[in-house]
Amino acid sequence: MKKLQKLYLYLILLFLYAPIIILIIYSFNESKYRVWTNFSFKWYIELFQDTQIMSALYNTLFVAVVASILSTIIGTIAAIGINSMKKWQRSTIMNVTMLPVLNPDIVTGIALMLLFYIAKLPTGIVTLVLSHMAFCIPYVILSVLPKLKQADNRTYEAALDLGATPALATWKVTIPEIMPGVITGLLMAFTLSIDDFIISYFTTGPGVDNLSILIYNAAKKGVSPSINALSALMFAVIMILLIIINVRTHKATKKA
Amino acid sequence: MNRRWYSAPYIVWSLIFVVVPLLVVAYYGLTAQSADGSLEFSLENFKRFFTPLYLGVLWRSALYAAISTVICLLLGYPAAMILASKDLKHKSVMMFLIVIPMWMNLLLRTYSWLTLLENQGLINQFLRFIGVLGKEQSIQFLYSEGAVIFGMVYNFLPFMILPIYSVMSKMDYSIINAAEDLGANKFNVFKKVTFPLSIPGIYSGITMVFVPAITTFAISSILSGNNVNLLGNVIEKQFLVGNDWNFGSTMSLVLMIFILLSLVIMPDSEKESQGGMII
Repeated sequence: MKKLQKLYLYLILLFLYAPIIILIIYSFNESKYRVWTNFSFKWYIELFQDTQIMSALYNTLFVAVVASILSTIIGTIAAIGINSMKKWQRSTIMNVTMLPVLNPDIVTGIALMLLFYIAKLPTGIVTLVLSHMAFCIPYVILSVLPKLKQADNRTYEAALDLGATPALATWKVTIPEIMPGVITGLLMAFTLSIDDFIISYFTTGPGVDNLSILIYNAAKKGVSPSINALSALMFAVIMILLIIINVRTHKATKKA
Repeated sequence: MNRRWYSAPYIVWSLIFVVVPLLVVAYYGLTAQSADGSLEFSLENFKRFFTPLYLGVLWRSALYAAISTVICLLLGYPAAMILASKDLKHKSVMMFLIVIPMWMNLLLRTYSWLTLLENQGLINQFLRFIGVLGKEQSIQFLYSEGAVIFGMVYNFLPFMILPIYSVMSKMDYSIINAAEDLGANKFNVFKKVTFPLSIPGIYSGITMVFVPAITTFAISSILSGNNVNLLGNVIEKQFLVGNDWNFGSTMSLVLMIFILLSLVIMPDSEKESQGGMII
């Protein structure tokens, strides 16, 4: 029975990984087409000369870094405010916060696109960052709020009694206490932003592609194997990042 | 100064970037372009949506999303149960392996299936190699409804496994032990204890699969080669090809109401913890 269970898990993993393995193998394929010919590093070399892919990669990372940092700042400050609200105020604002989380991405994307159109804001990298912030901030708030509920309010009050201004007490006492939640929020915002396709697709401007948009537009004509090479590299980076995060949370749970 | 004022910038932000945009969608959805190009209040687009053509699209999208959700549940529930069982070794590694694919670009993973599934693809070659298929034969996997449902199951399966796993791993095992001590056999333990306790996880799994599945347009467009038109594809076309923003907004509005209503009907879907499960 146990062996059967293991086998089942392995089959599920095979299903999840099959296209990823194929993608990595074919990144070493000499041919441009989806037929195996010879082993080669050609696409890895071409990748770094492909200006289209490189600018899409740059846009993806730029938007993810800027949007996740700004979202974390706004979201954390907002969460501190929400936490000290009265119940009805809190539930009203949380309902609004949940809207981008529960709404289908296509609706969020279209809504933002229409907003930028009406506001006559030219679409491009700025609208891309704003849109990513719009769907990232709720996730930051959702990961900071539980930490605020656990935090001991008396240490904050003690800092006030000892003469700290509310802002200083928040900075020196509250923020360090909720730091794990802030970092989780930051990481979540970053990954959501990097992965996003639908909302970016509707809110970007001409000539500003991120990787998802590039792949979607290329899928009709055939994706350049350089993209496979890039994904294989990203897969390696993600593996390393996840191992770091896992070790971190492992240590954190051990402490708790 | 009370700290509740800290949320003031965010309130302004969410008014501008959450509330106003949805109002704009509603405005576009409830208007139509009149002869001189200005927008006038009109329910014409709603009438247009509620005709057999577009209701058919909505029905088809809901049907495919529902089928994928059921398949995800059937495949994912046992997987979540095995993952949550106490005596699984290397549990964190396994969870790790389930999560990683979600961090890879969704479109690229979907596109990569073409290499496996196309007529000259690896699976057909393999079947020819072992003699199941003749030399010139191939099975047509792609460009069909089945391919779209397959793509949805592939992409959203982890969203079913994770919430069920997270509920099951928090389950109080003393209840299960008690049921066993009282003489329940394995099947009855599952039916009367394990399954009812896992229902909140199933509810969040269903939402997390059904919502993205009913609105996708990338999966259907890549795997069906634009043969299968789902609601997402039709909406996308109104905005990027057809330039009928009013009708596109009407459809988005209907979709949004449809989804928010079904979320309200769905009890206890652990809404607040959804965000926490990605990492």
